[in-house]
Amino acid sequence: MKRNICLFGLLIFLVVLPFFSGEFYVNLASQVFIFAVFAASINLLLGYGGLATLGHASYLGVAAYGSALIGLKLGLGHWIAAPAALVGTTLMAGAFGLIALRASGLGFLMLTLAMSQVLWGTAYRWVGLTDGDNGLRGLTRPAPFGIDLDSASAFYWFTLAVTVLSVWLMARFVRSPFGAALRGTRDQPRRMAALGHNVWLIRWITFVYAGFWGAVSGLLFVYYHKYIHPISLSLTNSAEGLLAVIAGGSGTLGGPLAGATIVMLLKNYASAYIERWNMLLGFVFVIIVVFMPEGVVPGSKRIYLKCRQRFASRA
Amino acid sequence: MSFNRRRFVQAAGSSGVALAFSKNIFSQTNSNVIRLGLMTVKTGPLASGGIDMERALVQYLRERNNTLAGRKVELLVGDSGGIPAQARTKVQELVERERIQIMIGPLATGEALAADDYIRQAQLLTLSVAAAEDMTQRKPNPWFTRGTSTSSQCAHPLADYCYKTLGYRRMAVIADDIPYGHEMCAGFQRVFEDLGGKIVQKMFPPLTVPDYGSFLAQLNPKIDGVFLGFAGSNGFRYLRQFNEYGLRGKVAPVGGMTALDEAVLRNMGDEALGIITSCWYSAELDNPANRKFAAEFRKEWKYDPGFYAAATYTEAAVLEATLGAIKGKIEDKQAFMKAVRGIKVDTCRGPVQFDPYGNVVGNVYLRKVERKDGRLVNSVIQTYPDVSQFWTYKPEEFLKNPVYSRDWPPAKNLES
Amino acid sequence: MSMQFWVIQTLNSLALGGLLFLLASGFSLIFGLMRIANLTHGGLFMLGAYLGVTILKVVPNLWVAALLAGLAVALFGGLLEKLILRKLSGNVLGQVLVTLGVAYIIADACLLIWGGDPVPIQTPAFLQQPLRVAGFAFPAYRLAVVVLAVLVGAILFFIMEKTRLGAMIRAGVDDMQMARAVGIPVSRLFTIVFCLGAGLAGAGGVIGGPIMSAYPGLDADMLPLALIVVILGGVGSLVGAFVGSFITGFVYTFGVALFPQLAYVILFLPMIFVIAFRPRGLFGRFAA
Repeated sequence: MKRNICLFGLLIFLVVLPFFSGEFYVNLASQVFIFAVFAASINLLLGYGGLATLGHASYLGVAAYGSALIGLKLGLGHWIAAPAALVGTTLMAGAFGLIALRASGLGFLMLTLAMSQVLWGTAYRWVGLTDGDNGLRGLTRPAPFGIDLDSASAFYWFTLAVTVLSVWLMARFVRSPFGAALRGTRDQPRRMAALGHNVWLIRWITFVYAGFWGAVSGLLFVYYHKYIHPISLSLTNSAEGLLAVIAGGSGTLGGPLAGATIVMLLKNYASAYIERWNMLLGFVFVIIVVFMPEGVVPGSKRIYLKCRQRFASRA
Repeated sequence: MSFNRRRFVQAAGSSGVALAFSKNIFSQTNSNVIRLGLMTVKTGPLASGGIDMERALVQYLRERNNTLAGRKVELLVGDSGGIPAQARTKVQELVERERIQIMIGPLATGEALAADDYIRQAQLLTLSVAAAEDMTQRKPNPWFTRGTSTSSQCAHPLADYCYKTLGYRRMAVIADDIPYGHEMCAGFQRVFEDLGGKIVQKMFPPLTVPDYGSFLAQLNPKIDGVFLGFAGSNGFRYLRQFNEYGLRGKVAPVGGMTALDEAVLRNMGDEALGIITSCWYSAELDNPANRKFAAEFRKEWKYDPGFYAAATYTEAAVLEATLGAIKGKIEDKQAFMKAVRGIKVDTCRGPVQFDPYGNVVGNVYLRKVERKDGRLVNSVIQTYPDVSQFWTYKPEEFLKNPVYSRDWPPAKNLES
Repeated sequence: MSMQFWVIQTLNSLALGGLLFLLASGFSLIFGLMRIANLTHGGLFMLGAYLGVTILKVVPNLWVAALLAGLAVALFGGLLEKLILRKLSGNVLGQVLVTLGVAYIIADACLLIWGGDPVPIQTPAFLQQPLRVAGFAFPAYRLAVVVLAVLVGAILFFIMEKTRLGAMIRAGVDDMQMARAVGIPVSRLFTIVFCLGAGLAGAGGVIGGPIMSAYPGLDADMLPLALIVVILGGVGSLVGAFVGSFITGFVYTFGVALFPQLAYVILFLPMIFVIAFRPRGLFGRFAA
C-alpha cells in the first residue's frame, strides 16, 4: 500500500513537471525516460535472464535507422514507419537470438558484441544507405491522433506515457509464470531443464522481447533527436545501458530506471564541470562494479550500515 | 521493500533536480551582456582541435577586454565529446539553460547536421566551424553561416594548381571513407577533370584503419600525384607509411585542408618537407591580424595555431564586425543575418565576406611545408582570392547537380 | 590485380599478423587461464605506445624502450589484477565491465598527459630504408616485426612447454580445480600471467609505434582485432594465437583492399561463425 502511494505520488510529480521547470529540464527528463526504457530492456536479459549482453544498442540503432530511412527514402508516414521499424527490428532480434544463444556466459557476450559491431561498422561504411558519418537528419516526430509533438512538453508527456506503458508491460511479463520460469533458468538452468522446461526457448523469447523494447527506445530516441548517427550503435552506448542497469541494481524493475536517471544526469551535469568526463565514467564503472555490485541504492545502504556497525562496535 | 526504496530515492533525486532548476525561472540575466556560446569538443579523439578552438576564442576576447561593439561578452563553453546526439543536447543546454544568443561552432560535420533542425527551431545564430556542405547549399539553414570552408571549397583551387602550375595530368585521390572525404575528393576530381586531367584511382580507406599498407600497395604507380583528403591524424600516418614504401620522389602527394594541419605538422619530421596543401589559413600568413594572432598564440601555447584555432578567431572577427554593423543589437536576429551577408572583414585569414547562402568567400592559400626557425611551417606559395563554395561554376547550375559524394561526379577515367 | 599487388599484400598481412600476435598472445593467455575477457587490452597496447614515446626521449633505442614500456605496463597490469580483478573472481560480467571502465580511464589519461595529436615513433635508423623485393620497395621494419613476432612466439612456446611455469599455466587452463588441488599457487600464477600479458601488449604498442604511431583511439582500433584473433585461434592456446593472428592479418588486409565497404563484416563474420558453430576455435582448450 505504502509503495503504491509512493509510486502514484511520483507519477503525479512527473506529470506536472513541465509546468514548473524550464524547457531544458523537460527535455532532459525526456532523455532520461528514453534511456530508462533502453536500460529496462537490457535488464530483462541481464537481471531476469542472467544473460549479459554488450550489443543491445543494435536494436535501438536499427529501429531508429529503420524509422528514419522509411520516412526519408520511401516517404512513408510514421503510422507505417513505426510498426515497420518495430517489426523489422524484432525479427532481427529473433535472428540474432538464434546465433547468440548458441553460447552462454562469456561466449554469449562476445557474440552479442560481435553482431553489434558488424551493424555499427555497416552503418558507418554503407554510406549510400545511411550517409555514414553525416548521419540522417531532417527527421520528424509523429503526430499521434493529430497531436503535435514538437514542443518539449508535448513530447515529454508522450515519452512519459510510453515509458509507463513499457514498464507496466515489462512488469507483467516478469511477474507472469513465464517470468518465473525465466528467473529459474537464470538461477538453475540445469534443474529447469531436468524439470522439462525448454531453457533455450525461454531465453530466446526473452531475447526477442528485450529486442522489441530496445526498438521502442530506439523510436523514442530518433523522435526526440530527429537525427540518427552510427555512433548510437556503438559499444559505448551498449555499455552505458549496462552500467545504468548495474548502477541501479539488476534483477528489479525499478533498478534500471533509477540507474538510467543517475547515469544520464551524471553525463549531463558532470561534463559541464569536469573536462575528463570519460575518465569519470570509467571510475564510476569500476567503483560501482567493485564496491556496489548489487547497485547504488542497496550498495550504499549496505556500506552505510557497515560503517554504522563499525562505529557502534567501537563506541 | 527495496523497490519502494529505489523509487523513493528516484523521487527524492528528481525533486532535488527540480529545486535546482526552479531557480532558472527566477534567475536574471544582465541584459546588456552578450551571451556567446562555444560548441566544441574537449574529450575524445577530436579533442585537440576543440581545445584549440577554445584557446583562440578566449585569446580574441581577452585582447579586446571581453568587449565587442561596446557590449560585454560572456563566453559559455559546451563539450560534445564529438558525439552528434550529445552535441545537439549541449546546444539545447546552451540555449535553454545558459540562454546564449549566438553560437560559434560546432566542430564536426555530424554535429552540425544533428543540431540543424534545432538551430532552425530555436532560431539560433550560428557561426560554424563544421563543413557540412548542404547546410549552405541545397538545404540552407537561414541562421547558419560558416566562416571556414565547405569540404570542397579548398580542394577546387588545389586541383586548378595541380593542373596548371604543377602540370599534373594523371592523379589518384584517397580520403577517409566518410562524407567529408568523399565531398573533398569529388570537388578535386571535378575541377581536375574539367580542366582535362584524369583521376585514375579513387580510394576510401575506413576511417579507423590502423595500417594503410594495403592501400599503398594498390596505388597505381603511373601517376603524377596523389591527393590526400584525410582528416585528423590520418594524413600524417598515411604519409609516414608512404615514405616507408619508397613512394617518396616517385609520386607527389598533395593534401587537402586538414591533411597537414599545423597541429599535426608539429609532430612530423623531414618526411613532410615540400608537400603542398591548400587551406584557407596558414600560420605563416603575413597580414596584420595574423601577425598578431599567431605570435600571441605561439607565445602562450608554444605551438602554431592551425585550422581550428584560426576558425574561431576568424568567426569572432566576423561576429565583431557584424555587431558593429548593427550597432550591437544582437537581439535583432534578422538584422544580424542580413548584416553578416553584407560585411567585409579583414581577419587573420585575410579578407572575408559571405555569399547569399551564408558561406564564406575568401582567400584560399596554396602552402608548402618548409623548415623555418627549426620547425615545420606551411609557407604560402600562392593565393587564390575570393574563392566561393561554388568555385568558378554558376551557383544555380552547381546546385542543380546532386551533392558531392563518393559517386558524383562519376569517375570515368578509372584504371584498375 | 597484378602479381605485385598480391606479393605486397601478403607481406603486409604477415606484418600485421606479427603485430597482432604480440597483442593477442597476452590476451589469449589471460582469457584462457583466468577466464577474463580483458577489454583493457587495447588500452594497455596504447599505453605502452605512449610510454614508449616518452621513454624514447631519454633512451633513443626502440628495443630498449619497448622493453621498459613493457615492464611498466606489466606492473600496471599486475596492480590492476591484484587490486581490482581479484575482488571480482567468478563475476564474469563484473570483470568485463571493470576492464571496460579501466579502458576508458586509460584512454582519457593518455589524452590528458600526451594531448590529442598523434605522436610518431621513429623507426630505428638501420631499418628505415625500404627493402627492394621483387622490384618493389617494402618497408624493412615490417619484416623486422614479423621476425620479432616469430622470436617472441618461440620464447613463449619454450616457456609454456619446457618450464615449470608453463606447465602450471597449462594445467590451470586445462582444469583449474585439479590444479589447485595439486598445490599450484593459482593466485600468484594469475598475477604473473596478467603481468606477462600486459607486458606483451605494452611492448607491442612500442613495436607497433613506427607503423601506427600513438594516437587517441588506438585502443579502440586494436581491441576488436585482438578479440577476433583469440576467438578464431582458440582461447588459451599459444599456437592458436599465432595462427589466428596471421589469419586475421590476411583476412583484414585483403578484405579491406578488395571489399572496403564490408570491412567490418568480413572481420567479424568469421568470429561469429566460430563462436556459434565451433566455440573452441581452431586450437582452443575449451569453448569461449
